[in-house]
Amino acid sequence: MDFLQILSSALQQALGPTMLAYAICAIGLNIHFGYAGLLNFGQAGFAAVAAYGLAISVAYLGLSFWLSLLIGLAGAVVLALLLGVPTLRLRADYLAIVTIAAAEIIRRLGRSTTFSDYTGGSDGTRPIGSFNDSFVALNPFPQGWSLDLGIIRFTRADAWVMLVGWALVAFCLLVMFLAMRSPWGRVLKGIREDEEAVRSLGKNVFSYKMQALVLGGLFGALGGFVFALARDNVQPDTFSTELTFYCYVMLILGGAARLFGPLLGAMLFWFLYNFLVGTLNDLAGLQVLPTWLLTTTKSGPLVYVLMGLGMVLLLIYRPQGILGDKRELSLDVR
Amino acid sequence: MSGEESTASGAVAGTAAGPLAGVAAQPGVPKPDAILVADGVTRSFGGLRAVDVAHLEVQRGAITALIGPNGAGKTTLFNLLTGFDRPDSGEWSFDGRSLAGRRAHQVARSGMVRTFQLTKALSRMTVLDNMRLGAMGQAGESFWRGLIPPLWAGQEKENTARAMDLLRRFKLDAKCHEYAGSLSGGQRKLLEMARALMAQPTMVMLDEPMAGVNPALTQSLLGHVKELREEGMTVLFVEHDMDMVHDISDWVVVMGQGRVIAEGTPDSVMADPEVIDAYLGKHHDDVATDSSEGDS
Repeated sequence: MDFLQILSSALQQALGPTMLAYAICAIGLNIHFGYAGLLNFGQAGFAAVAAYGLAISVAYLGLSFWLSLLIGLAGAVVLALLLGVPTLRLRADYLAIVTIAAAEIIRRLGRSTTFSDYTGGSDGTRPIGSFNDSFVALNPFPQGWSLDLGIIRFTRADAWVMLVGWALVAFCLLVMFLAMRSPWGRVLKGIREDEEAVRSLGKNVFSYKMQALVLGGLFGALGGFVFALARDNVQPDTFSTELTFYCYVMLILGGAARLFGPLLGAMLFWFLYNFLVGTLNDLAGLQVLPTWLLTTTKSGPLVYVLMGLGMVLLLIYRPQGILGDKRELSLDVR
Repeated sequence: MSGEESTASGAVAGTAAGPLAGVAAQPGVPKPDAILVADGVTRSFGGLRAVDVAHLEVQRGAITALIGPNGAGKTTLFNLLTGFDRPDSGEWSFDGRSLAGRRAHQVARSGMVRTFQLTKALSRMTVLDNMRLGAMGQAGESFWRGLIPPLWAGQEKENTARAMDLLRRFKLDAKCHEYAGSLSGGQRKLLEMARALMAQPTMVMLDEPMAGVNPALTQSLLGHVKELREEGMTVLFVEHDMDMVHDISDWVVVMGQGRVIAEGTPDSVMADPEVIDAYLGKHHDDVATDSSEGDS
């Protein structure tokens, strides 16, 4: 088994477009969960609405690429308002229930044959047409060029998505940095700790929670764009609940309510995930482990078992994540 | 209902403040300068009428204690008046403006700021950040302006200076960079009171400020409450301990089963048979004015 090959492909994933899409979604989730204490279990829904908004607007309606981006972002804002208005006045768990259901509804609508003229159904939007011609045309890298980083190499197309993706990550982190050191961010943290106390100090808690939901949802939308542009396809199952839960794992692994937590978590998680997949696939092919434990068909589920075990160990031994502050968790909250 | 004129000369309590001296000790009595006036405020939970206050006035610039046995509806009344709960019926006004139907943050902005029975220190924020959060009208609390530090840095500096002044007064300045969650129970009470003062309220509503506070800190808390009055603020506080009520309040309102059953100076209220009945049950002949309902 080629260890260097597994390592380099995992490293490639840890820097590449998919990781970036996850990282941007996770940065949005950090606003919700890390800073404002909102339990959004439907980050996939925000990404999906934006990705479909972009793809359908260009490929089906024939609108311009830039206008379609705005439509995608507007879709995420509308989704945030739809989810937030009825639930943000209620206890935190109601938002969790509604968001996870809404994200699944969006994915199911994308899969349904009824709307397949617009969405392309379960295979994604490719049958209804390409939507990233304008994006590809803007690629500044010369034809035939590729990004060579020694043991890993990215194609010209991937390099362009990565340039945009890393720029978006930097932009999102800058907004987070500025917002969370401002009095606005302080109100959000207060709401996370105890919203009644914040209300008693004259802050409109509902409005702040809504702003946080919209802002984090917009970051989720940017993540959705990166997914869509990297693949020139919007496939409904990209936006399953798995996406949201990966983002949560990344966030907790890196450290919630820490600026660089979600980015570090995304890189580390996506590296480990791909490293495990590669290793287990190779081991299964070599048939060195007993078949009750590992065969080529079992390697997929076994990755999840191991990742789950890792998550449990993380929560036991380092619940604050890598960048977190242990002191915070030892406090008696409320 | 006891309709007799207050006979307390204030000799014992020493706090029978000027404006309240001649006010009759009877439920719902008008005050010379009422800042808070409530009428017909009711709230039921299922079949239980938790609050049923026909008329209540709170004197401006005085310390008014709200006492009563467990389940008398004191905290529920607090929640209603401050917008944290909605009444079934009723009207009330604060400083001449009607507050009925106002939401909690609007009530706070109008100058009536409350604290909670179970202290709400914001644990994973520093003591100083807790304080800064209390300041009203911060430009940087809008998202877009918050992104541009020069738009709020000056105000932040002023607020920080004011926060440090208050923290020094409450002897919490040494802890300003520690997480609020690391403070002791009594210090959290102090922090919560100091944070409420950051909002520069005209009236402070303290829900059991002494609950769970050790005796040494209690004295300092009492001192702080008195200082609030000296600064011209109106204080309404809920308390169980009759001794403490006696020490600091100018006026005492007694609730029982949701209604205001007695009002008066501390001395007159403690001698009121209705109050003794409410606290100790009927057919109890001993005058035990220091019946402390300790459930901290």
